[in-house]
Amino acid sequence: METSNDGYIPVLIQLIVAGGFVAGTLWITHILGPNRKSAKKLETFECGIEPQGNARLPFSIKYFLTAILFVLFDVEVIFFYPWATNFREFGTQGFVSMGIFVSLFLLGFLYLRKKQAFKWE
Amino acid sequence: MDFLYLIDKSVIVVVIFLISLLIAMYSTYAERKVAAFMQDRVGPNRAGPFGILQPLADGGKFFFKEEIIPSAANKFLFILGPGLAMFTSLMTSVVIPWGGTLNIAGRDIPLQVADLNIGVLYVFGVVSLGVYGIMIGGWASNNKYGLLGAIRASSQMISYELGMGLSLISLVMVSGTLSLGEIVEQQQGFNWYVFKQPLAFFIFMVCAFAECNRTPFDLPECEAELVGGYHTEYSSMKLGFYMFAEYVNMFVSSAFMASLFFGGYQFPFIDSLGLSQNVTVLLGTLIFFLKIFAFIFFFMWVRWTLPRFRYDQLMRLGWQVMLPLALLNIFLTGGVLLWIDN
Repeated sequence: METSNDGYIPVLIQLIVAGGFVAGTLWITHILGPNRKSAKKLETFECGIEPQGNARLPFSIKYFLTAILFVLFDVEVIFFYPWATNFREFGTQGFVSMGIFVSLFLLGFLYLRKKQAFKWE
Repeated sequence: MDFLYLIDKSVIVVVIFLISLLIAMYSTYAERKVAAFMQDRVGPNRAGPFGILQPLADGGKFFFKEEIIPSAANKFLFILGPGLAMFTSLMTSVVIPWGGTLNIAGRDIPLQVADLNIGVLYVFGVVSLGVYGIMIGGWASNNKYGLLGAIRASSQMISYELGMGLSLISLVMVSGTLSLGEIVEQQQGFNWYVFKQPLAFFIFMVCAFAECNRTPFDLPECEAELVGGYHTEYSSMKLGFYMFAEYVNMFVSSAFMASLFFGGYQFPFIDSLGLSQNVTVLLGTLIFFLKIFAFIFFFMWVRWTLPRFRYDQLMRLGWQVMLPLALLNIFLTGGVLLWIDN
């Protein structure tokens, strides 16, 4: 495996091209488009009725729970990658130890299922 | 590393950038034509012959429309949202191997921007950043539809990211590398990974549909209940960026499916044609693009065939079907690999 960072120079070029395109296009549109603003036009859209309050509202805890679960599971998924890359070298021993890890992962998953964390009604 | 190397890479970056924009533009046209074909209509046919200039007309309009930033919105984040969505969708294409190695004037030029040894991880990293574009845009609009669309979109995308990440682990176990260049090299001839990992391909494809917010997973936009979802308040090029980012994402995920599971630029009987190296490489690139177009067509076909899921069905599919299925696939793959090795 190469350890040099030269491979990332093209990524930097892409970053500059993509960033430049996004910023440039937004700026050009800002200049080209007409600019006729009025208080009514800048009002929040709520299907034509008077806007009721604003949208800084509390929302369902389910979404927050999903985000937390995602963080938990995603961290576990990341641990799979180095193991999967070297799977053949680790052989049976690696398979068994990963089996134990995945069982714990599944145990947590089944617990969440039992607690109805995945239930959206 | 020398100066010529930088020039090569810059040319490849710019060419691929222009191609992705062109394909994204014409995907909008293709989408309308495919929809028209499937519903027995004509589709766009006014701008140019067969309406071929329609994407240019649409693009021009995006430039000349008024930008509206609602007075209640958070101005900086409102502009940042679509910019980030577009930016991340353009960044993912870096690691895709578009073809073999060209030989021009005695110098080898691989048709890939960067063959990172952590290619697959890079893709997941950038794709996860894409969630921020939608979340920031929807929240900053300070609109209830925008907020609902944004939180729906983010929890959908993060849920399916898990399935996507897990499905590729079994592929990585077989290939033993995270570099996309090497993964494509291994699929010489007809050794496509889709035959070795059909389940992984299926999970990856379903998750790709969900990541791109395409039907049947287009709940974030869900026009019947949420007006426009996270981009309700957007106009002008900022709306254009959200639309465009979706099509670029579709193009890039088609390219990933083609290179991870369908051999990328490899095709059967590649050596028996007796062509020179450069011609073979260019032919491979052409075939790679044909594979990509086939996937883009498949995306559109599904869009005009399947109805939208309900939100609880979508979450159940992601967490309770895709996740255990991907874990099962990892165990099956591990067992089979050990059995072969011993």
